[in-house]
Amino acid sequence: MFESPTRRPLITGKTSYTQITEDIIKPIEAKPTKWWYLGFTVSLAALGLWLVSVTYLLFTGVGVWGLNKTVDWGWDITNFVWWVGIGHAGTLISAVLLLFRQKWRTAVNRSAEAMTIFAVVCAGSYPLLHAGRPWLIYWVFPLPNTYGSLWSNFNSPLLWDVFAISTYLTVSLVFWYVGLIPDLATIRDRAVGIRRKIYGLMSFGWNGSAKGWQRFESVSLILAGLSTPLVLSVHTIVSFDFATSVIPGWHTTIFPPYFVAGAVFSGFAMVQTLLIIMRKSMRLEQYITLNHIDVMNKIILVTGSIVGSAYITEFFIAWYSAVPYEQYAFANRMFGPYWWAYWTMMTCNVITPQLFWSRKLRRSLTASFIISIFVNIGMWFERFVIIVTSLHRDYLPSSWLMYSPSWVEICMYIGSLGLFFTLFFLFAKFLPVIAVAEVKSIYKTSSEEEIAKTAAKEGLDLREAHAHTQGAH
Amino acid sequence: MTKKYILGLFRDEEPLLHAVHELRKEGNKIHEVYTPFPVHGLDEALGYRRSRLPRAAFLFGCLGGTLGLSMQAWMLGVDWPMNIGGKPALAWVDFVPVTFELTVLITALGMVATYLVSSNFIPGNEPKMPDPRITSDVFCIAIPVEGASATVGSRLRQLGAEVQEKEVEL
Repeated sequence: MFESPTRRPLITGKTSYTQITEDIIKPIEAKPTKWWYLGFTVSLAALGLWLVSVTYLLFTGVGVWGLNKTVDWGWDITNFVWWVGIGHAGTLISAVLLLFRQKWRTAVNRSAEAMTIFAVVCAGSYPLLHAGRPWLIYWVFPLPNTYGSLWSNFNSPLLWDVFAISTYLTVSLVFWYVGLIPDLATIRDRAVGIRRKIYGLMSFGWNGSAKGWQRFESVSLILAGLSTPLVLSVHTIVSFDFATSVIPGWHTTIFPPYFVAGAVFSGFAMVQTLLIIMRKSMRLEQYITLNHIDVMNKIILVTGSIVGSAYITEFFIAWYSAVPYEQYAFANRMFGPYWWAYWTMMTCNVITPQLFWSRKLRRSLTASFIISIFVNIGMWFERFVIIVTSLHRDYLPSSWLMYSPSWVEICMYIGSLGLFFTLFFLFAKFLPVIAVAEVKSIYKTSSEEEIAKTAAKEGLDLREAHAHTQGAH
Repeated sequence: MTKKYILGLFRDEEPLLHAVHELRKEGNKIHEVYTPFPVHGLDEALGYRRSRLPRAAFLFGCLGGTLGLSMQAWMLGVDWPMNIGGKPALAWVDFVPVTFELTVLITALGMVATYLVSSNFIPGNEPKMPDPRITSDVFCIAIPVEGASATVGSRLRQLGAEVQEKEVEL
């Protein structure tokens, strides 16, 4: 395949196959840094908060939440949708970008997939606890029972959600692990003693044979092909939870694409936040380059613009529909008692990503980091606005109520962040955060050194073309 | 069971691919080639048939789709039909999401299980590989000593390999 020698490199600095293994596997073999211990301790503390609040919840009941008869979905479902959304970037990066043969995905897919899995775990905990008696959660599955058998209701979007989320978690986990096997073998073959035993057990006897790689590529491609419609279906089905109801503000046909775009938007923002921290703390600047940060910011810009257009379309349709309830719901979002949530959402989701039209900001780590956090705050508020503002003014003014979270909901939210980061820190310590074998497979076409060699052969001077990427670190 | 192999170790993929082409043209029997990452075109150079895993995936997909749809139709339409506002019990459109999810789930799980079993990747299996550096930076051609021509070692050296003779289980 023709590769333009002027294409910007995805692996910078002096590298070789040996060096790539060394750079990525070293942090796993070495003792964790001070920063790792600090981050891990903070995450564990937050996880402790989760354990305390969930234990209290289980012993007391969901009445400890701030929900009432009118607003019966609050922070629980807001957090559920927020986390599921965050869990969309990983599979998008590993599946959709694999199908489009985007080489830059190799540096970020592993950590993005890990993030996906942890985010879906956090998401799943909310409906599980919302069900009230989580030990009976198997009732959602169509299992033979003593009531007849009375089967689950397959006409309900809530049940579709059960199937969508559990399929998504399982398939993402399988996809992630299949990709991990060769890299686990790399760790195994450098280790001795108990470490060799553990990584040996986990790498299933991988031997790098040509037949093995052929099958590996075949499986990866099909899993990518399966995951692409899957990732689109998951947030579509989550949006059905709202769209198939008859609540003004929820009952809209725009929801599925709008939710999927929002999910990709927030997912990429979370990947960006984590990658910027990771590349710095684990010294992976050669592999996660400014070019990577730049392309991901472009995706944030695109999906952010889709989300912004969806907000405006939704608002226009509410007016154009001439349905007074629909019109009221939207006016109430903007100027009702929750106006501050609506305008936070609009500022963070519609205005901030537009800053990425500037190339300078797209390639600035500080700006990318701050904007990515703004996007995540904005996307949390989007779900809060959709859920709470649509519910709190019921059809009868006598049932109008306000909602605010109790300490249990707040602790559970901070706690779920603790759960997420605890899992992520463990991942960063014990597993390769970059897909070693995949980065090696793009080395020849995309590393700074090899590109320079090719260019020298053809008598091109690339110093000028790459000047802006070189000094960037 | 261990056997004697002539191993040609390379440091890069282009000389390896070239060597595989040459050796096969000269009629040498290559047992297997080991690489740190998937080398494009290596399976064709070795004359491997295309993997049949996509076919397995298709069959699992058919199974998943059929099971998913018939399960819902049987449960809600046959075993316990419910009257929900006079609407039909067999509401096919409502069965689409769960049918889709189960198709994806069973395809993915079935295909990955087939992949692991057919490649003999079972947790705890010892890797059958000629050199531990293969998972990092070494590319290796393994040729069984039995039946190999006497000149194959020097030919490998000529093609840029470091040559070893080893008794290993592959």
